[in-house]
Amino acid sequence: MLNKTSPVYKFGFQILAIVGALIFTTVVMLLAKAPPLEAYRLIVIGSVGSVGKISDVIVAWIPLLLATSGLLLTFAAGLWNIGIEGQITLGAIFTTLALRLLQDSALSPALIIIIGFLSGILGGMIWASLTGLLKIYGGVNEIFGGLGLNFVATALTIWLIFGPWKRPGVGSMSGTVPFDNLLWLPQVEGLRMSWWSLGIGLIGIVVVFLILQGTYFGLRLKAVGKNGRAAFIIGIPTGKYMMSAFFICGAFAGLAGATQVLAVYHRLIPSISSGYGFLGLMVAMLINYQALWAAPVALFFAALNIGSIQLPIVLKLDSTLSGVLQGALVLFVLMMDGVRRRLTAKKVN
Amino acid sequence: MDNNTLVGLAGILASAAPVVFAAIGETITERAGITNLSINGLILLTAMAGFATSVTTGSLLLGFLVGAVIGALVSLIVAFSSIALKQSQVAVGFVLALMCRDLSYFLGNPFMGASGPRVPPLPIPGLSDIPVLGVLFFRQDILVYASFLLIAVAYIFVYKTRPGLMLQGIGEQPATAYVRGANVNRLRYLYTIIGGALVGIAGPMYSLSVKVGWKGTITGLDGIGWIALAITIFGGWNPLRAAFGAYLFVLLQWLGLVLQPSLPNIPSQVLQVAPFPLMILTLLLVNIGNSEWVDRTLAGLPEELRRFIARVLRAMRTTPPAALGIPFDNE
Repeated sequence: MLNKTSPVYKFGFQILAIVGALIFTTVVMLLAKAPPLEAYRLIVIGSVGSVGKISDVIVAWIPLLLATSGLLLTFAAGLWNIGIEGQITLGAIFTTLALRLLQDSALSPALIIIIGFLSGILGGMIWASLTGLLKIYGGVNEIFGGLGLNFVATALTIWLIFGPWKRPGVGSMSGTVPFDNLLWLPQVEGLRMSWWSLGIGLIGIVVVFLILQGTYFGLRLKAVGKNGRAAFIIGIPTGKYMMSAFFICGAFAGLAGATQVLAVYHRLIPSISSGYGFLGLMVAMLINYQALWAAPVALFFAALNIGSIQLPIVLKLDSTLSGVLQGALVLFVLMMDGVRRRLTAKKVN
Repeated sequence: MDNNTLVGLAGILASAAPVVFAAIGETITERAGITNLSINGLILLTAMAGFATSVTTGSLLLGFLVGAVIGALVSLIVAFSSIALKQSQVAVGFVLALMCRDLSYFLGNPFMGASGPRVPPLPIPGLSDIPVLGVLFFRQDILVYASFLLIAVAYIFVYKTRPGLMLQGIGEQPATAYVRGANVNRLRYLYTIIGGALVGIAGPMYSLSVKVGWKGTITGLDGIGWIALAITIFGGWNPLRAAFGAYLFVLLQWLGLVLQPSLPNIPSQVLQVAPFPLMILTLLLVNIGNSEWVDRTLAGLPEELRRFIARVLRAMRTTPPAALGIPFDNE
């Protein structure tokens, strides 16, 4: 008989959860009269079938990893930063703004790109601080403040694309005028990925891991998240710590937005955040807020996203199937965790 | 009042009907102490499923029934995960909100742009001929009458009946309610399911009446559920005030549409989101009275002004049920 607190026992439940999620998604496909095996095969081939596809997965992985990294800090402080979508968007807007202002100047392209990144970070921080101020000084739950600001950020993007920043002639959903090649983050020959943004993404998660594991700041942040009142009583300024978490998460989100502009789209498009903020929330939940697992799980989710692009082309299915599978995974893992705890608690009693 | 304005206002009452259902459904759920964060995806999923059912079977009633059943089942997952499995309501609700949305787009793909049945108008003989009021209230369809009825029933239930008082009890002081003989967790299941079924009816109300059909991502329903959640807070967990919030929200949306031609420089997408900053503002107004720094700042003001501001803040302030989101363990 297995020891019910052993890691193997826990792992078994996670496997059960994954199997459950796969069965659920398969049933959904059967309901839609879609061939499940063919769909899964297409997702695999569409994500790791060629060097080009793998590079596309990495392109999607970086902003998702950055978003997840930032969210680990707000989650540590007990905050639900749903406003991260808007923070990514504002990062992209600020980066675009900086590039538009400087593209005709005498500054070197490398310097303009660096200013673009810094500007994006600033944009994300400003937007995150709004949610933080509303939460800490206005008593507005961060979920609703953040959601509202997400919609405002989207509206702002669309207004810019169809208004002040519209393409010569008439504005279109395809976004603003693309920037000159010189202002693109250098890409790998023949591929869409860039070593530079990959480096940024990896450094990001390492920094967050170190903050959470090895600093007093991280420790106090977790104290605020675990029990705000107790943390306050022992002298931690909880408001300041929550605000810092928002600022840092906003910086990561802004960085993700800057990457989308500088390394992926090279312009501002209406859905510039690509939903990576919400997906980052899902990844963070799935890994139970443990920084160690952020990189591999985000990579897997990015692969699902890229792989499912094949579905509408080949099978005339909607590509949101990847979202169904991702959602099912998180839901089943949460529920199986509950089941396991219940069983363990019974055993102890 | 000219006829155009009247018809416009009647249209507001009709478009607000699903928002009323969703906001009151969530109000009842949260009164019991459970936050059901899934309702944004739930409205999309039930709108799609209700429409698909009615297209396939030709029965409007079945469409609404399917909506209510899906609403109840998804909400049951939230309640079960929270009560039996002790998982975070916010986490489970959020995942379900995203997953139901994606499910609606994936499963609704074959029904995109299909033509389907529509709930017919049902003028009430006699009453519909009353000037002004007839156009406003008595030439609507059965769903709008149902929304009026729901407001009254929910209000009377929560504040004037014994089970309603028990509902308040399990959300405010579950331990006391338990001692008085209430099965707190069973009641929480019950009210989450009832609230979820009401939200589940809101979906088909859109796809079979207010915005007939299913058009995938451009259906324009994504976001309604989040608004309904905000309206629940704005409404201070009072069905009457929640209904008022729903009408206010739809009125603002309608004003945005009416003002569109006179503001050609602002893209329509921007006016469509106008309610969201207003939502934040209203949440700020109803919450800011709870903040400590406001009290401190007010203390420094002249007496007259301080009293006035304090009174205004108190009138707007809402406080959630004390045990909202907190699991109850009867041991």
